[in-house]
Amino acid sequence: MRIRRGTTAATSAALTLALLATACTGAGEVAETDAVDLDVAPGVTDDAVVIGSHQPLTGPAAPGYAAVSQGAAAVFDYVNDQGGVNGRRIDYRAEDDAYDPAQTIDVTRELVIEDEIFAMVGGLGTPTHTGVLDYLNDEGVPDVFPSSGALAWNNPEEHPLTYGWQTDYTKEAKIQGEYVAENFAGQSVGYLYQNDDIGVDAQAGLDQYLSEEVVAREHYETEVTDLGSQIAELERSGAEVVVCSCIPAFVALALLEAASIGYEPQWVVSSIGGDTATLQGLLARFTEGSDAEEVPADAFLDGLLITSYLPRVEDTEDEWSQFFIEVHEEYGDGGPLTNTHLFGMTQAVMFAQVLKSAGEDLTRQSLIDALETQEWRGPGLVPFSSSGDDHGGHQGVYVVQYSAGDDIEMVQGPRVTDRSGGPVEEPDFARLSPEELDFHD
Amino acid sequence: MTSPTRERAERAPVPTPTAPTSPAGRWRALPAPLRHLLLAVLALTGVCGLVLVTGDLAALRFAAVGYTLLAIAGLQLLVGGSGQISLGHGAFLMIGAYGMALLVLHQPMLPLAANLAIVVAVSAVAGVAVGTATARLHGPYLAGATLILAVGLPGLAHRYHEFLGGSNGLNIRTAGAPPFLQGIVSTSDWRALVVWTTVLLALTVLATISSGRLGRRMRAVRDDETAAAMSGVPVGSTKVAAFVIASTAGGLAGGLQAYVLGTVTPGSFTLALSLSLIAALVLGGIGSMWGALWAALALVYLEVWASDLAGALDLGRDVENNLPVVFFGVVLILVLRFWPLGIQGLVQRLISRRGSSASAPTP
Amino acid sequence: MTHFVNLTLNGLASGAAYAALALSLVIIYQATRLVNFAQPALALISVYTAYTVTQLTGSYWLGFAAALVAGPVAGALVERVVIRPIARASELNAVIVTLGLLLVVQGAVGMVWGNEQHALGYAFSYVGRFSPADAFALASVAAVAGLLFALYRFTPLGLRMRAAAFHPEAARLSGVSVGLMLTVGWGVAAFIGALAGMLAGPPFISPNAFDAVFVFGITAAVVGGLDSPFGALLGGMLMGLAMSYVSGYAGPEVATLAALAVVVLVLSVRPDGILSRPTARKV
Repeated sequence: MRIRRGTTAATSAALTLALLATACTGAGEVAETDAVDLDVAPGVTDDAVVIGSHQPLTGPAAPGYAAVSQGAAAVFDYVNDQGGVNGRRIDYRAEDDAYDPAQTIDVTRELVIEDEIFAMVGGLGTPTHTGVLDYLNDEGVPDVFPSSGALAWNNPEEHPLTYGWQTDYTKEAKIQGEYVAENFAGQSVGYLYQNDDIGVDAQAGLDQYLSEEVVAREHYETEVTDLGSQIAELERSGAEVVVCSCIPAFVALALLEAASIGYEPQWVVSSIGGDTATLQGLLARFTEGSDAEEVPADAFLDGLLITSYLPRVEDTEDEWSQFFIEVHEEYGDGGPLTNTHLFGMTQAVMFAQVLKSAGEDLTRQSLIDALETQEWRGPGLVPFSSSGDDHGGHQGVYVVQYSAGDDIEMVQGPRVTDRSGGPVEEPDFARLSPEELDFHD
Repeated sequence: MTSPTRERAERAPVPTPTAPTSPAGRWRALPAPLRHLLLAVLALTGVCGLVLVTGDLAALRFAAVGYTLLAIAGLQLLVGGSGQISLGHGAFLMIGAYGMALLVLHQPMLPLAANLAIVVAVSAVAGVAVGTATARLHGPYLAGATLILAVGLPGLAHRYHEFLGGSNGLNIRTAGAPPFLQGIVSTSDWRALVVWTTVLLALTVLATISSGRLGRRMRAVRDDETAAAMSGVPVGSTKVAAFVIASTAGGLAGGLQAYVLGTVTPGSFTLALSLSLIAALVLGGIGSMWGALWAALALVYLEVWASDLAGALDLGRDVENNLPVVFFGVVLILVLRFWPLGIQGLVQRLISRRGSSASAPTP
Repeated sequence: MTHFVNLTLNGLASGAAYAALALSLVIIYQATRLVNFAQPALALISVYTAYTVTQLTGSYWLGFAAALVAGPVAGALVERVVIRPIARASELNAVIVTLGLLLVVQGAVGMVWGNEQHALGYAFSYVGRFSPADAFALASVAAVAGLLFALYRFTPLGLRMRAAAFHPEAARLSGVSVGLMLTVGWGVAAFIGALAGMLAGPPFISPNAFDAVFVFGITAAVVGGLDSPFGALLGGMLMGLAMSYVSGYAGPEVATLAALAVVVLVLSVRPDGILSRPTARKV
């Protein structure tokens, strides 16, 4: 087709101008940014401090994770009712990003520029938070406890203001691997993992202990909810132990699918998917009300091994669990309390604790100093690291076994390790109780 | 930016205006590409002013309006111009965005303009492929095929996750404002300006195409394929050409988005994106490129306003979280119920009403 | 070999839901030349009604019945209140309005029931490689297709509906209330859509639960031929099987690419779907 002369002229003019408009240096050649000024305190007044978070409150990821910010909000409400922290009430603003990284960038800017948040607390999700990591560090916004177990958060050289939270996927998997190798010696092992960094990082840890035993590696995509072929493949391979690095919805789907073909391996579930309260809510239906009554709800979960680093809602003996149950009753949203709520609640307690020790004269620098010198004593059950050269957050996990009737038993106490080839060790760690821990006025 | 429909409608009866006397007449006597370019320069000046007086957040949203506008304008030419309904426009944005990210990661020394040019070339090739494959399809069959294209394509990012980064996608850092402008414009301002410069130039090209011979052929194909074929319009290649234009605009928009946001993930190029692009286009008004502007503004700002509103109303948690989605849906239904030509249809009616009431007193 | 058999059975079961959704799309397309994006919204209303009724009464079948009532009522309402006033404007506008309706319903469901997942039971036991629930899915879709065929072919109502859809002017002249027939058509489609929801919903439902199912439903309808109810069934089964095989042999991440491949292959040979009748169409 002949193009008109006018079109040609317009196109060439367009190209010339475009070339002029963008300087001729390489688009990917980035100049070093200047050091940021941390002796500032945006969002801080005499009686309040504004903090923000990006959370999936709508969209496909909302079903699993909306509880995190609800839990955090309940604890902050509790803290504020106790008089706040150093005389300041905490103004917690959770913005919806629908788990879409493009929206995360928009809401994060809105929080930083319009709301002038003092710090980003518990921004949720690996793909989402990765997109704002550089921005937060460049702008000098403390990026405290992102809700994800990716390894990327612990990189003080490149992202000095980001402090990890979750036990990272590799550490957790190493401890799982060692536990399985020791307690299920000689049995064949299958992996079922989410096809992203969770899968890659978890296998890196598991393989250090189980490379001989592994007989099947199956993955799933969050967009495809049919696990039929994966579970069939795990069964065919003869895996007697299945390590599931999955989110709760897919743990539930896997358990259902396995039950439907009569496959009964020993399941080992990571902390991200081991929320039995959520799993029960999802699976309970399959015992009552329908004609499919052969498999009782707890029979799905009975014997489930779960790794964990936080207090658990099933553990009603634990002082922190009791505390969170009370807070939820008074400040919660009315629904049943899950371990996903506890995730956000623990984050909130620990952030309030840092804020408390940063003192009355609050600046971003004093918050960072408080983080790096903090002696963490709970509510998590494992040591926590936020020192100058290790922003790793929780350092390990403990193992519990669930048995029917909402009962859990700790079958292996806390263990810590590193993310490379180091040994799995027993830490020397004692927690403070909710009354002893200084996190509000 | 121009309003092709209106201007053409007025121009068509007088192809060679003789001795234009009024300023408006003289304006219309200019050749179309020049007119479009002048308008673009004018618009760019306006955007420059806006960017410089507002802050970083506004700059980010201006930039978002810019690349969304370009994507929708391309779609406008395809759907409104040639009558081919594509529900998979997000696929082209994804191709452009990943193209840009890969170029920045693997060829960091290439200047941005070169990256954009490569992105244009790549998405044009994608447009030829999709356009050729779907040229025989009509109506809902084309819609269905493009829909599954938008849903299927992100699968590639998971399949080749070592190269394309899986669900965490690719993250890039790009150069900010050139050294001599440091301190005058911030990085976000600069990005917004680069986006708008590119977008306005691309729109100039689109407007010129639309008012030129290809545009006329596309409309002929849209109105009646058989009649167009009988009067010598090459139907097949015109349809493919429309797809190439749309895919190029979409790819360029995606490339600009990657440049502004610095992150490219499959989670950003979902079915919801493709559907909201076409929905916004119809909401804005499918008949002219102005519609694309309203559409882009609606996409970027409606949700911001709705969530501010929801936050201010002190509603229950579930209601507050879901209000923006409901709000967009209700606006969509109501606008199309009362103004089938979209926002631009409403604007035109207001303009013509004012025009007629203003000219009424003069005999 | 057992792997292949498993994948086949799996594909047939999920294909049943796609087929049902495709069927409901085809019915509305036949009647109004409209691809109804509000179909998953109608299915959502149905399954959440079922969820609530089951929750209150403890009976799955009461919930099931409630879904099959709520769906058609919602469908008829949508046709009367939302679609009819704009249907004459343009085809694309009507499609976009149904899309707007989908957003409204998804948001409204989130407002009422929350965005978290709820468990929705199966009709029968899901235990077994080809479980009673799977068998029920296939059987119910087959039964509905049979009933639909009988309705169209043997009843006066079906005759009027077909007349209203294909020759509205002639139908009007011979005393058929075309508007009423359209509403009935939407009701019938929403009934089948509700069934599709009850088949595709379990085990867990959330406001976005039907997005993927709906995409494959549209794809199935397009592949089978939008004018052909039997094409919809065939397309649904084809999509179910293709995605199950590809997911099983090549990995779940390429399942949607497989759907794309099926569409490209089929439509490049038959641009109007497998079972469409080659009719002269208005351009």
